[in-house]
Amino acid sequence: MQTAQSLPDVRDATLLNPSDNVAIALRDLKAGDAVKLSIGSSTVVIRLLNDIPFGHKFAVRDIPMCGLVVKYGHVIGRAKRDIKAGEHVHVHNVESLTSVHSACKG
Amino acid sequence: MANAPTVMGYVRPDGRVGIRNHVLVMSTVICSSVVTRRIAEQVNGAVAIENPFGCGQLEPDLQVTKRTLVGMAKNPNVGAVLVVGLGCEQIQADEVADEIAKTGKPVERIVIQDVNGGTPAAIERGVTLLRRMAEETLAQRPTEVDASSLVMGVECGGSDATSGLASNPVVGYVSDKLIDLGGTVILSETPEMIGAEEILAKRAVSKEVADRIYEIVGKWVRLAASYNVDLVGTQPAPGNIAGGISTIEEKSLGAIIKGGSRTIQGVLDYAEEVKGKGLFIMDTPGYDIMSVVGMVAGGATLVIFTTGRGTPTGNPIAPVIKVTANPYTYNKMKENIDFDASTVVRGVETVEQAGERLFNLMLEVARGRQTKAELLGFREFVIHKIIPSF
Repeated sequence: MQTAQSLPDVRDATLLNPSDNVAIALRDLKAGDAVKLSIGSSTVVIRLLNDIPFGHKFAVRDIPMCGLVVKYGHVIGRAKRDIKAGEHVHVHNVESLTSVHSACKG
Repeated sequence: MANAPTVMGYVRPDGRVGIRNHVLVMSTVICSSVVTRRIAEQVNGAVAIENPFGCGQLEPDLQVTKRTLVGMAKNPNVGAVLVVGLGCEQIQADEVADEIAKTGKPVERIVIQDVNGGTPAAIERGVTLLRRMAEETLAQRPTEVDASSLVMGVECGGSDATSGLASNPVVGYVSDKLIDLGGTVILSETPEMIGAEEILAKRAVSKEVADRIYEIVGKWVRLAASYNVDLVGTQPAPGNIAGGISTIEEKSLGAIIKGGSRTIQGVLDYAEEVKGKGLFIMDTPGYDIMSVVGMVAGGATLVIFTTGRGTPTGNPIAPVIKVTANPYTYNKMKENIDFDASTVVRGVETVEQAGERLFNLMLEVARGRQTKAELLGFREFVIHKIIPSF
């Protein structure tokens, strides 16, 4: 089980699973902030493109339109449009796979 | 087991063990609900359950309501029951009372239309019956029983990103620990399994149970699709979205963690009595109070309820332990929230450390410590409906 002590960089943001393409803000973050994140054994710096409120998600790499959004190591939805690394990922640019009004096939 | 923890329980005539000793007054139909409430108000220690339905129901829906009412009264947290009917309704007081009486606990009934003098006389008679039962019931003292007799429901409501991050993992730790001690845990809220059904099905004890998990989750997905609406806005709800949850899949993956990681022994219908030990899934809506009521009617004697946004809700007969991992919410609503799991988000405690603390609080509650929802009198009650009323 994931523990707080095993979470990388608990101060700013956390990536729950190495395969995730979104991270979670652990405090209110600002556009322009450079957030350090450990992904597996490497550390990356993500420059935020938007303000990210506590608990909200931002992309750790580019996600193309209709690409899968992954958190907890599992699919949580797909991109409604192209999402850039550092961008806020939320209801404006991600949808459930159950959506009946999707522009994406499948 | 050496040094197995014990709690203070009421062993009922049918062998089931409660951790509270409520004297319950229950209406069979909304038409007898005001009389029910007024009887309860006049007897110290009594709790009322007001059934909003009971008439104008098609058979499958009627069965859900009946099962819920009978299940609440049969719950071992209840020591004695007064059933209050109107007389002409579908759910008859005699039928309900006779079914409850099979547990061996004291049951009385009154039917308003059978009493000379209308509601004032019915209330007077009800108060007398209830006062007599309360006198005997409330004189009982709990005895030391094994913690394996506990049936714990797990719930999350007003979730935000901290629910999946910390509070649900902490509750999951408690679920696993109670199951390993021989206890029973119920995980509910089927719509909040959408996107996580594969993870759950892989943990099913048999192919039949795995198939049932896919079946109940698929049913809810098709129901929403049949109205040609997306779940977003309902699941996740506005507060979930404000708290950072974007899709039902994200909510589900965070939600199921509260059930822990053990084998799933079976799938129960709404309010169906849980028989057996270990982890069970109950098919309920994600609507918090409906879900909690379903689990308590199914036999849960206590509930652990995680919240991100903060909620005061409780239950008429089961203690509800409120947990949050959102430090802002805990500070704002600590009058309503029993346990602070934000230590995990802040990195000062591990899931295991917070889980041990919560397990100990759960045992204290099972030994009689009152939860904040109990102390403040939060006793919300609503029943799942599967067909509109006729």
